[in-house]
Amino acid sequence: MFDYNFHWRPVMKSLPDLLEAGLLTLQVATLSMIVGIIIGLALALIRLHLRGPLHWFASAWIELARNTPALFQLFFFGFGLGAFGLHLSPFTIVLAGLSFNCAGYLAENFRGGFQSVPDTQLRAARSLGMSAWQAYTRIIIPQVFRIVYHPLTNQLVWAVLMSSLGMLVGFRELSGETQFFASRTFRIFEYFAVTAIIYYVIVKVILGASRLLAWRLFRY
Amino acid sequence: MIEIRGLEKYFGALQVLKGIDLDVAKGEVLSVIGASGSGKSTLLYCINGLEPIQKGSVVVDGTDVHDKATDINKLRQKLGMVFQQWNSFPHLTALENVALSPRIVKGKSRADAQEIAEQQLKHVGLADKLNVYPNALSGGQQQRLAIARALAMEPTYMLFDEATSALDPELVGEVLDTMRLLAEEGMTMICVTHEMGFARDVSDRVAYFHHGVMEEIGPPGQVFGDPQSEHTRKFLSNVR
Amino acid sequence: MQQSISFFSGFGINDLWFLGEAALRTLWISAVSISAGTVLGILFGWILYEAKFLGAVTLAPVLDIFRSVPLIIQLVLFYNFAPIIGLDFGPFGSGIVVLTIYTASLVANVARGGIEAVGKPMRRAARSLGLSYWQDMRHVVLPIGGRAVFPSWVGVALGVMKDSALVSVLGYVELLKASQILITRTQEPFLILAIAGAFYFALSYPISRYAAQLEKRWAQ
Repeated sequence: MFDYNFHWRPVMKSLPDLLEAGLLTLQVATLSMIVGIIIGLALALIRLHLRGPLHWFASAWIELARNTPALFQLFFFGFGLGAFGLHLSPFTIVLAGLSFNCAGYLAENFRGGFQSVPDTQLRAARSLGMSAWQAYTRIIIPQVFRIVYHPLTNQLVWAVLMSSLGMLVGFRELSGETQFFASRTFRIFEYFAVTAIIYYVIVKVILGASRLLAWRLFRY
Repeated sequence: MIEIRGLEKYFGALQVLKGIDLDVAKGEVLSVIGASGSGKSTLLYCINGLEPIQKGSVVVDGTDVHDKATDINKLRQKLGMVFQQWNSFPHLTALENVALSPRIVKGKSRADAQEIAEQQLKHVGLADKLNVYPNALSGGQQQRLAIARALAMEPTYMLFDEATSALDPELVGEVLDTMRLLAEEGMTMICVTHEMGFARDVSDRVAYFHHGVMEEIGPPGQVFGDPQSEHTRKFLSNVR
Repeated sequence: MQQSISFFSGFGINDLWFLGEAALRTLWISAVSISAGTVLGILFGWILYEAKFLGAVTLAPVLDIFRSVPLIIQLVLFYNFAPIIGLDFGPFGSGIVVLTIYTASLVANVARGGIEAVGKPMRRAARSLGLSYWQDMRHVVLPIGGRAVFPSWVGVALGVMKDSALVSVLGYVELLKASQILITRTQEPFLILAIAGAFYFALSYPISRYAAQLEKRWAQ
């Protein structure tokens, strides 16, 4: 029934390049997670504890990140900032877009995490003479971390999947690289099939590693 | 010595402490009794600066707790506190729960902190639970862990905020026994409590709080045997 | 004032129509895929629940693939695979098929969670009253389980609505693709992106707020 001949050889030939691009995918996803965690933590704390302009700013960030398409956010950092003469490299566009998105989603996770650690924990820590900083870093945040651990893992998976949008802004991560080869050889299906498998493996490795790490980290 | 003068505390418009004057001398065990909402727990929070006050002063060993210039974290090392919800840190083992603050607040070495922790856990009868996480401990054990954690800071005073109120009845005894032990060792203690037996047997003085006012204070024999205030009499007849 | 002149110079009323039409296409493709995907997803969820072991070894891993490979890769793959087996759906049809299956893979878990949320004792009580299996499903599981997972379903639906922007990769001119075309023509990236973003936001934000409120109310 098919009169299509599958040609896998070109794909296999460029497999090393694809895998290398896969590393770039992992790299940009991880970096945006790190930035996202730091900013998300700040946004969550601002939204929980401050009033006024900073609160509005944090709320606006969170709601924009969660209520517009990730691709829109990428376009914004791509063309949108171009309106102000700011032209970012494809890598920076993807990193900025993903970080913006992750920060928004993670902020809500963190907020939920902070809210589920009872206030009395902070009081107990302070009553022992810990400074606010010590109480947060030693007592509150480790507990929040456990609560948001699984959401964090999921977000990392999302970041990997979302980074594929890089292909639409000219970034040659795994998808961009695949498209580059596919359009040169016209073996679109074969290339993207292999890439799909690579993504699948990356996602499974992340989930597996996360489970292993959780088992090591959370003894209680 | 803890000296409280004219202490007033508001939550919003609600006044919960209406001018408290109270001295607690070293070595004394003071029990504070009264109905819920009488301000007795708030008093403890004001003593170690967990709640700001609106008027009056709390002076601990000559240091004003609510003075902006006071290093409150340093002062709190003198004031161990045990809460109604035991508040053990769930992510740390019993040993780590106790060893953490000597290490990070007092700057003790890891080994020293560990030694202090082991000693205090033994003190409260948890020597066999060193490496157990709190969720594997009963409420009574967690409360004793909280006592050990406070003791590890080598406080001069211990503040107990209804330390047994959240416990299952069969676990109250073990915590009271630990508190009794501390009292016998000469620790200065302020115990907000609903355990009248404890208040009567262990304390040197008992204070009765009613609607933010200290209605009565005196030796347990007097407060329980011959209460001077009408409110106290009514309260005691109800709890018996 | 110079700024505002350059803001509007290249952008006319016709362009606004163009965007409006594209927004309707976004709505249309989302509505169709979300509806079809929800029906299919509920069916899958029911299979996962009833065929416990069999479902876990057959259907679950297949559905998992759609959650572990970027949507954009799925779109490209399907669009290029269909002609190989002699089918030609075009960009719109391919978009519908892929988005529907993607939605179904997400809804399946939600639906299974909904059935599980009802709890055995309640089901047993219903059956003991003489309700048939399907009556139990219709009058007990659907209202109670449905309510339990409705907010999650809203989350999935809004996610798919936002992800529908990716169908642009197949050349389907939905809102973001239209924006991209206009940006190239008018060189007004900021204005056009703001309009597109506002559209998504205006759709997603109230609905997600509403779902969050329902969740809070139902949790009491």
